[in-house]
Amino acid sequence: MKVLVAVKRVVDYNVKVRVKSDGSGIDTAGVKMSMNPFDEIAVEEAVRLKEKGAATEIVAVSCGVAACGETLRTAMAIGADRGVLVESEVELQPLAVAKLLKAVVEKEGAQLVILGKQAIDDDSNQTGQMLAALLGWSQATFASKVELDGTQAKVTREVDGGLETIAVKLPAVITTDLRLNEPRYVTLPNIMKAKKKPIDTLKPEELGVDVSPRLKTLKVAEPPKRGAGVKVPDVGTLVARLKTEAKVI
Amino acid sequence: MTALVIAEHDNQVLKPSTLNTIAAALLCDPQVHVLVAGQNCAAVAQAAAQAAGVGKVLCADAPQLAAGLAEASAAQVLALAPSYSHILAPATAFGKNIAPRVAALLDVAQVSDIIHVQSPDTFDRPIYAGNAIATVQSSDKVLVITVRTTGFDPVAATGGTAEVSSVDAVADAGLSSLVGRETTKSERPELTAAKIIVSGGRGLGSKENFEAVMTPLADKLGAAMGASRAAVDAGYAPNDWQVGQTGKIVAPQLYVAVGISGAIQHLAGMKDSKVIVAINKDEEAPIFGVADYGLVADLFTAVPEMVKQL
Repeated sequence: MKVLVAVKRVVDYNVKVRVKSDGSGIDTAGVKMSMNPFDEIAVEEAVRLKEKGAATEIVAVSCGVAACGETLRTAMAIGADRGVLVESEVELQPLAVAKLLKAVVEKEGAQLVILGKQAIDDDSNQTGQMLAALLGWSQATFASKVELDGTQAKVTREVDGGLETIAVKLPAVITTDLRLNEPRYVTLPNIMKAKKKPIDTLKPEELGVDVSPRLKTLKVAEPPKRGAGVKVPDVGTLVARLKTEAKVI
Repeated sequence: MTALVIAEHDNQVLKPSTLNTIAAALLCDPQVHVLVAGQNCAAVAQAAAQAAGVGKVLCADAPQLAAGLAEASAAQVLALAPSYSHILAPATAFGKNIAPRVAALLDVAQVSDIIHVQSPDTFDRPIYAGNAIATVQSSDKVLVITVRTTGFDPVAATGGTAEVSSVDAVADAGLSSLVGRETTKSERPELTAAKIIVSGGRGLGSKENFEAVMTPLADKLGAAMGASRAAVDAGYAPNDWQVGQTGKIVAPQLYVAVGISGAIQHLAGMKDSKVIVAINKDEEAPIFGVADYGLVADLFTAVPEMVKQL
């Protein structure tokens, strides 16, 4: 079974982002970029499926600027076999990415797509569900455990109030939650090996997809600042102030 | 036109998240309908009909809708979509699973996790873990939206007198089925609806300590219990207690952070709380940057002392 993993290049999760002073967006100049952490979990899961013999080939796909090629190299260093870069200078919104991924899935004949449940930049949490819808496939979102069983996947999902296990017919789209696995560290030999793995570059036009943004960002602003309050010297003072000043207990 | 709210429920009880979503829907359009899709869910439909501001409740009752699975639920919403200008769901695990599927099938963008309605086509939503707020405008013919519940005060649960009408359930495509659920049974208030939350972090050191220190405090305050990602990853607390960017977003009257350093991903989930208390022995911990009341102390002595004094 061919598995496709989608990986997004995002501002590294350790970076404290800054809003541009003109309110047009986030300042990404000179900022460290990395693979979206949830997508790293997706790649790891695919590699584990291959190691177990359940997957035959892992194709990593990234949509965006040319630098997304670096993200594909990271995916291949974790263990993906090859990469597909859908290169576009246009801001790609989730619906456009889902359409691009659909085209690649059909071109590749993949039977399973694994991707992060959300990207930590726009926090949309949409692409996997949209892709499943466009393909007419089943979906298993927020996965914390995946078992493949012939024609179906049994997936445990993190939901409000606990865990839920569902059975989805293959082909399917799975989106990963934090506790699905812990991605391996990439080793230097694997980074070197990844450099030799092939990357195909495609354009949205070649895939017949209109990627024009549907949502217009009018402005990006700093959230209201929450000022630091006071330090209290002891528990007695804390309890007293919660009762008489904040009046919350 | 009219706005349609997808009700979250368990076939018996209407979840409070639906009431916050109705509030957001009313800001988009004064006409709001609610879809209750489930099985043997008449009681839920009756509850939805009593929610303030609801004009009509549509009830789809069929076995394939019982578990709220994405494929069947989205197909049901899609069948009704042509009559609506806005389709809204709570930005909970339930709503986030279904809404994008609906949006894609309508070939429209989804606006995720809105916290403010500027106008019926323009919304504020947090990005980068809440470190920035984007104002976005949609030009699509139908707006599919998920609603951050902490951004909108719920409408009153009673007082409404909407009619309930049955709608035909859409045939089952048989793509997915529910195997089972392990829900955390708790007498405590639900995390996202609690007035007080006590939340523990890596500073607790172990699952046993987490229980021994945090439970008495939660009991004394009648609070829900939360945790940081670090504490959940370390196995101190169950995963559905996680507060943060990728966990639950909460905004209680009082949030007590114990042994939590305050990573930006955690702050993203709780910084809209009315009053924040932080107890941490590291006075440089970032959590003190958002806390109204900070106590630099060893949590293992401070928390039991606090329980005694409450």
